[in-house]
Amino acid sequence: MSEAMEPGKARTDEIDFRELDRIIEDDFNNDKENLIMILQAIQRHFNYLPRPALEYLAVKIGIPASQIYGVATFYSTFSLQARGRHIISVCTGTACHVRGGERVHERVEELLSISDNQTTADKRFTLESVRCIGCCSLGPVVKINEDTHGRISSDEIQKILDQYV
Amino acid sequence: MKIQSVLDLKTVSQAYIGKLYKPDAVKVNIGMASCGIAAGAKAAYDKLLTEYASKNGIHVCQTGCIGFCEAEPLVEIFGLGKPRIMYQHITEDKIVDAVSGFIAGDFNKKWILGQMKDPRSLLETDIPNPLDGVQPLDGIPFLEEIPFYKNQVKVAMRNCGYIDPDSIEEYFARKGYLAFINALKDMNPADIIDVVKASGLRGRGGGGFPTGIKWATAAKHHGNRYIICNADEGDPGAYMDRSILEGDPHSVIEGMLIAGVAIGSSQGYIYVRNEYPLAVKRLITAIKQAEGYGLLGENIAGTGFSFNIKISTGAGAFVCGESTALMASLEGKVGRPRAKYVHTVEKGFRQSPTNLNNVETYANVPAILLKGANWYAGMGTERSKGTKVFSLVGKITHTGLVEVPMGISLKNIVYNIGGGVPKKKKFKAVQTGGPSGGCIPERFLDLPVDFDKLSEVGSIMGSGGMIVMDQDTCMVDVARYFVDFLVDESCGQCNPCREGLKQMLEILTRICNGDGKDGDIELLEEIGGMMQKFALCGLGTSAPNPVLTTILYFKNEYEKHIREKKCPAGVCKKLFHYEIDPEACTGCGSCARKCPQEAIAGEKKKPHALDQGKCIKCGICYDACKFNAIAIR
Ligand SMILES: Cc1cc2nc3c(=O)[nH]c(=O)nc-3n(C[C@H](O)[C@H](O)[C@H](O)COP(=O)(O)O)c2cc1C
Ligand code: SF4
Ligand code: FES
Repeated sequence: MSEAMEPGKARTDEIDFRELDRIIEDDFNNDKENLIMILQAIQRHFNYLPRPALEYLAVKIGIPASQIYGVATFYSTFSLQARGRHIISVCTGTACHVRGGERVHERVEELLSISDNQTTADKRFTLESVRCIGCCSLGPVVKINEDTHGRISSDEIQKILDQYV
Repeated sequence: MKIQSVLDLKTVSQAYIGKLYKPDAVKVNIGMASCGIAAGAKAAYDKLLTEYASKNGIHVCQTGCIGFCEAEPLVEIFGLGKPRIMYQHITEDKIVDAVSGFIAGDFNKKWILGQMKDPRSLLETDIPNPLDGVQPLDGIPFLEEIPFYKNQVKVAMRNCGYIDPDSIEEYFARKGYLAFINALKDMNPADIIDVVKASGLRGRGGGGFPTGIKWATAAKHHGNRYIICNADEGDPGAYMDRSILEGDPHSVIEGMLIAGVAIGSSQGYIYVRNEYPLAVKRLITAIKQAEGYGLLGENIAGTGFSFNIKISTGAGAFVCGESTALMASLEGKVGRPRAKYVHTVEKGFRQSPTNLNNVETYANVPAILLKGANWYAGMGTERSKGTKVFSLVGKITHTGLVEVPMGISLKNIVYNIGGGVPKKKKFKAVQTGGPSGGCIPERFLDLPVDFDKLSEVGSIMGSGGMIVMDQDTCMVDVARYFVDFLVDESCGQCNPCREGLKQMLEILTRICNGDGKDGDIELLEEIGGMMQKFALCGLGTSAPNPVLTTILYFKNEYEKHIREKKCPAGVCKKLFHYEIDPEACTGCGSCARKCPQEAIAGEKKKPHALDQGKCIKCGICYDACKFNAIAIR
């Protein structure tokens, strides 16, 4: 397998460096104090954090790539692997947990045959879990992309997933 | 226009008091915080706009969350001398009927939650009740008198659900920024601090540190001082900070401005968790508006005082709610706490004196300044003054946010306000304080809720999450759940926390799997005691609380798991199975239709049978059965 074919690895020529410049310079002032927000913006753009982008960022704002890697792996919202078209975040916060959030989580795993932080082979879904999105009154809650689905029971999940192709 | 004085504030608000309370056409307020939107409020809002866009006869407005999340989408309709009616569960299929009915004088009474008695906030005693002279609707209770709202006093949440969070003018109309302009022009910093001290306000972020004392200490230290707002709200199950930011962002900005004047700081930061995009969006709008009116920026109101606010977003790390970790994260670093030999009020963000307060703490401040320290200190208990917002969630009939005076009993909150446990199930415990707190059993329900009383029973107030648990909640599983959460969230730099949690998780997992051994309980207690003494930061020292309180109050559940290999609540999959009770089963077939494994079969109207070999214990049948015929054995 050539390096470019490995999952989660973007080729350098696939990276839009002008966009990266725009994010780092215009939006965040080349300021290393903004590192976390820069990484968030990069992830919004690429759907994950491609390695070449991080290496470029390191040079650009003048901190070691290892430190960027440290930050990117410490915070749970960052993904160093390419993710699917739709991100499923099952809430595993306490309020959802006592209302059966775990069962919902298991059901999604069963239906898609993936576990947490994995992506389906067809790149349709990535499954993540999140600890509370603040909609606890509607628990158990599943967020798919920007849509929040509340009061879910495990037998309704298939129907909800079908809405995302 | 730049606000220069109290008079300017009054001039701008005048026009909006009318719009807020006596609109020239029917006004529809739709609760559009994230919780409302998730329940369908946005779809209802859009539907109403398309339906009425051409007719132009009504005002369609958004507000924040008024707290009764269970009943969302909540839609309030009023205007033109008619009462203010709050409708519940108004989804897109109902909204047009609700509005056109209201206009025509047919109020669709079955959809009504209640009618408002008085929409003013407690800061607006100088204007008459806008509903004076309006004939109330017959046979409909006042919102303020239904059990959910009856015991509530809204200070921090005074505007949530009443104003459009994207309108600074509506905030002005409800006495917004008045406290700040007063403080800026007519008070000296020491006086402001004295008022906050005398009010008895204690930090709402969890620690309960007296706010006035914190401000005074920060003001004493020299250097470039910073004001930070902790909007990381990491405690799962607590969402009052989100609701305040989404429903009334200016109250937090105003609180920070007042802190800025008192402490002598010109730079503020709000650290918001990444999971709250709408809060960030509304904050950005609010900051721009405040800048537009000259309430943020340079030389505010011509006084020479300058203050700017920057928003920074977290990236999903619970430990970043801890003060020193938060400040490291703000600097763009990994959020690892440091030992606090030197406090952050002396050396915090960028090694400078820093005052960190929680969202709710700041939101209280303008009200305290306007109504006075004595008023605030007149509510609550001896050492916990004022009100506190709680999020009532889990196995409770009325989920939502409730703001009550400190000292109210747990029983009052759970049963009167919350309506008790749904589906006739039995109450088991209420969990407060999140991963740092504990589970409080039924026998302490008379406990008055304040900082000290909750600590006395081994829990903490925390940020105000109250997760109600019933007979279907396994307390060993809850302990395992929190430890699992904390294993993920521990920053890992100190041994007691990193290794202690890992060992506790291993023991709890084996108990839940039926492999528990005699001595496991004692081992958990020993590890917990060690962590409380030796972990570096608050995460580690409080981490054993959920385990220790469940052992203290629910030891028999642990023993059943360890000795009898049974999970009486039916949660730990290896320790129970489902059976169909032939006496109770009516043969309705609803479980059989839903079972994903086709493990249930039987003739219509005759007791069904469950094939244990096929069952994966997903619980769908247990939830589906209306006759309690699925038994946990
Ligand atoms: C592990 C941990 C997590 C915390 N999370 C939060 C949080 O999410 N929000 C918050 O306001 N305070 C949180 N705190 C408390 C803060 O460290 C700090 O005490 C508080 O923000 C100070 O504000 P206050 O005095 O207004 O309460 C946390 C503390 C610890 C130890
Ligand atoms: S107690 Fe836990 S979270 Fe706190 S510093 Fe130690 S390892 Fe990190
Ligand atoms: S616990 Fe799931 S949204 Fe809060």
